[in-house]
Amino acid sequence: MEKWSGIPVCPGVALGKLYVMRRPPEPPAAGERDPDRELKRLAWARARAEEQLEEQYRLALSRLGQDEADIFRLHRMMLEDPDFWAAACEPVETGATSARAGVLAAGERFADQLRTLEDPYLRARAEDVEEAARLVAAQLDGTQTAIRLPGPVILAADSLDPGELLNLERDKVLGLVLGRAAPSGHWAVLARAMGLPAVTGVAAEPEWDGRSAGLDGETGALYLEPDEGISRALSRKENAMTLRGKEQAEAAQRPAVTRSGRKMKVCANIGRPEEAAQALAQGADGVGLFRTEFLCLGWTECPGEEEQFQAYRQAVEAMQGRTVTIRTLDLGGDKQAPWLPPEEGENPALGLRGIRLTLARPELFVPQLRAVLRAAAFGPVALMFPMVTSPEEVRRARALLEQCRTQLEAEGVSAGTPEVGVMIETPAAALMAHELARMVDFFSLGTNDLTQYTLAADRQNPALAGLWDQRHPAVLDLIRRTARAAREAGIRTAVCGQLAADREMTAFLLEAGVDELSVPPADVAAVKAAVRALD
Amino acid sequence: MREFTYTLTHPNGLHGRPAMELADFARKLDSAVTVRKGERSAPADHLMALMLLGAAQGDEVTVTVEGGDEGRSWEAVRQFFQEHL
Repeated sequence: MEKWSGIPVCPGVALGKLYVMRRPPEPPAAGERDPDRELKRLAWARARAEEQLEEQYRLALSRLGQDEADIFRLHRMMLEDPDFWAAACEPVETGATSARAGVLAAGERFADQLRTLEDPYLRARAEDVEEAARLVAAQLDGTQTAIRLPGPVILAADSLDPGELLNLERDKVLGLVLGRAAPSGHWAVLARAMGLPAVTGVAAEPEWDGRSAGLDGETGALYLEPDEGISRALSRKENAMTLRGKEQAEAAQRPAVTRSGRKMKVCANIGRPEEAAQALAQGADGVGLFRTEFLCLGWTECPGEEEQFQAYRQAVEAMQGRTVTIRTLDLGGDKQAPWLPPEEGENPALGLRGIRLTLARPELFVPQLRAVLRAAAFGPVALMFPMVTSPEEVRRARALLEQCRTQLEAEGVSAGTPEVGVMIETPAAALMAHELARMVDFFSLGTNDLTQYTLAADRQNPALAGLWDQRHPAVLDLIRRTARAAREAGIRTAVCGQLAADREMTAFLLEAGVDELSVPPADVAAVKAAVRALD
Repeated sequence: MREFTYTLTHPNGLHGRPAMELADFARKLDSAVTVRKGERSAPADHLMALMLLGAAQGDEVTVTVEGGDEGRSWEAVRQFFQEHL
């Protein structure tokens, strides 16, 4: 047995095989003879990197939280910085370097400048600008940032970019051993939010790969081929922690019922099929929102019917009889996909997005509807349309859905019968709730957009920080009206925006007549506890 | 051209998140906004330059607003500093 002492970063214990990550060697930085072409490639790579960061921002926001998500926003803004961009382009323009060398040199140059500052927090941002530059370089190399792990392992690496960490398959990584990463780095924030035991300051040797190891995130110790005494001590520690976690998890498995006996379904929001199992483990009564646009992450074109069907089916089977609510592609506006040409128009929030886009582009809509119908043959599925403003849109979408069903039947492909609902996220939809309620099986209130459209306040605009308020009386009134209309028509109402996870508002939502809340998987247990505490 | 001086109260000074918010905000204005600390100055919509000012809590900065609807921008920027920085 060998013991290595590192710096403890995230508590927790891991026992298992080490996987030592080796990065591919740097390709030679050959100068390019065609500066124009290199400049174009550089611009292309920056745009791709920005799209990737935008997706990661959304992913982190839905899975972890605003602070974690801001890491990706910072990287994106660094790439957008005019001085950074000028520094990257300058040597490429003169033909002195390739696009790749240009952007990496710019990252290094700004990192060096940041490292001369006194403030330790600002000095730590040097890593960020280098990470952002590497992301652009990776686009030019065509290297994948996703790390494939062979099975549940303790991952050892020199350092990890936040994007790499976010994209790790959570069930395949037991803990992290990093060599050079700063304990205050952004990776640490993410590892903590993901519940990964982690240590830094231990440089793993390539020959450690595959050897058994024990990691103690509390003391910072890494044991190589730990002896029986250490293994036993570590598993005892691990068991104690799992037991505590299990008690909480068990409480979350029970339905949330108020003291007076009213039941509230608490479901989870997911963006990828593999998150369904995680949602179930955390006690979710179903999936209240499957954001299908996340499936486009890393795709150079819209995923086809077959890929979507496999993804939906995986989620449906993982939920073991609990309903999976699939929202059709909510793209356009501020959510752009690489393969979707950007829309013209000054105001994307009021542009061709949500159901408007899918109705206008049947080549996107039809494969998705067919995939949902096919997945519904494997378990309960609910289908919902985003950004609805009129009954006509619902009529058209339902007609298309029926066409798809007829077509599938003619082809002899089995299709299920999903419930059909609409998102209530525009004031128009909330005000027409009575009419819409007669056309669908359920409502789902998207309170983030409903707030933005009701208050005419862009939530991304910091100058309006105080104005964008989900508890604004006008927003709450629209929620009440919507739930009342649903009740009168005998259909159910769900809430899937941020408001659903606001535990100070649980009592209001219950009283308004909301039947179901959908929150990030990590919040399910806490929201269930909040429901149980109510009369 | 109009200007004002301001002493940073945000515990993180003009770093990370505050600098991001300021750059985002400044991009939306039709006036050119410059932040000066000592001999260094940075356009307010240039994130890297803002961070390289190294301005911490308690530091005094001078903010100038030039061009466009100066009066309105000046008021908006001053309010932004008071609320966020």
